Amino acid sequence: MTIYSESFFAAFNLLATADKDLVEILYLSINVSLLSLALSCFLGLPIGAILAIRQFPMRNLLVGIFNAMMGLPPVVVGLLVYLHLSRSGPFGWLGLLYTPEAMIIAQMILITPIIIALSCQVLEDLNEDYKDFFSSLVVPKRTALVAYIVDARYSLLTVVLAGFGRAISEVGAVIIVGGNIDHLTRVMTTAIALETSKGELELALALGFILLGISLAVNFFAQWLKATAKRRAYV
Amino acid sequence: MFNSHSTSKNHLAPILVDNISLELNNRLLINGISCQINAKGISVIMGPNGAGKSLFMRCLHGLATPNSGQIFYAEKPLSPDIQKQQSMVFQSPTILRRTVLANMLFVARQRGQLNPKTSIEYLAQVQLEHLAQHPARLLSGGEKQRLALARALITRPTILFLDEATSNLDPTSTETIEKNLQLVDQQGTKIILVTHDIGQAKRLADDVLFLNRGILTEHGPARSFFKSPASAAAKSYLAGQLVL
Repeated sequence: MTIYSESFFAAFNLLATADKDLVEILYLSINVSLLSLALSCFLGLPIGAILAIRQFPMRNLLVGIFNAMMGLPPVVVGLLVYLHLSRSGPFGWLGLLYTPEAMIIAQMILITPIIIALSCQVLEDLNEDYKDFFSSLVVPKRTALVAYIVDARYSLLTVVLAGFGRAISEVGAVIIVGGNIDHLTRVMTTAIALETSKGELELALALGFILLGISLAVNFFAQWLKATAKRRAYV
Repeated sequence: MFNSHSTSKNHLAPILVDNISLELNNRLLINGISCQINAKGISVIMGPNGAGKSLFMRCLHGLATPNSGQIFYAEKPLSPDIQKQQSMVFQSPTILRRTVLANMLFVARQRGQLNPKTSIEYLAQVQLEHLAQHPARLLSGGEKQRLALARALITRPTILFLDEATSNLDPTSTETIEKNLQLVDQQGTKIILVTHDIGQAKRLADDVLFLNRGILTEHGPARSFFKSPASAAAKSYLAGQLVL
């Protein structure tokens, strides 16, 4: 049990002293995760909304594909992004491999299906509730789309936080396309993997505690948000 | 007082229903209904459960499409433009997940009314102005229905549909809604109302359409309908007997 207490104090010490390396890793982790999340939401929320409120051929097939893609294996995504961004790949000329941008692309591919599938589910339920009223009012589709997103804002925030949770804790894809380069592409998860492989279990565990802390904070925030929205009858 | 319902706006009348039928899941739910509905006043659609009253109203408003037959408003077939001049209050009102005032503003904006003062005025008319900033989904059943009515009226409809809008409401909320209906009726809005409440129909109706098993069995002035209904089904219904 001593390793846990020592690691816990090491984590506390790293945070308390604002360790330069830790701050850099934390900053990059959060930066990459937030950017990939923002881009995924920009793409995923409108697609989820369209799938939820419009009926068109192949719609059910698309919903099924996005649902299945929620479980995409990160290493496979990492490998595919690596193949496309490597020098001999179709996008090799961009020179993105082993950069934070490559990590953002990989995380986007992992998060976007989650945002699409979960937001589609949330908005589909709302559409059941609103569709007669909107049809009666002859509300234009675009207005309806915005109204759905506005009225489902609290539930959608939970979806967004789920996406963030996936992004911040992801390791398989970012280690392949980022390369875990010190001061350039090293994030929390890849640093943990590296320290473990070096046998620096105390430091790895300390970083793990910090990561766990971020995950818990995000989840508690999501829970609080949902409870507040429910109390105010906005969900 | 609603100030926008002029007595001259009957440009959607007469409402002509030409032999409409609607079948769902191999069940004929509306069976060849033809009628002409008055340009003014309150028309009440009555009938036992499953008679097709709500479905008939949805057809009139364009929320359901008949398999055959057509509906004409002032000799024009039902279109989105005509639908925009109508409003409907549902039995279970859809309440947007916003404040009471935001619910009003959303509807008002759909008809180009941008002044929040107007929304407050309509809320005052249904005695809800003090709840303007309250989350709408936390209102009581009666308050939700009054909000739904205010939302419907702010669109200044030429025709107002109400589908059992006062069922499950207490007498006070029912009275508020009925008073408002009588007011907008006087101001020229055509009202078409589905109700099970015979007392309410007697209080409000100018003419009655009685449906049974998807067939319009009677359509005539309310006074003569309640005094001497022509069909056996209507007689039984008004006598409080089971209509099977």
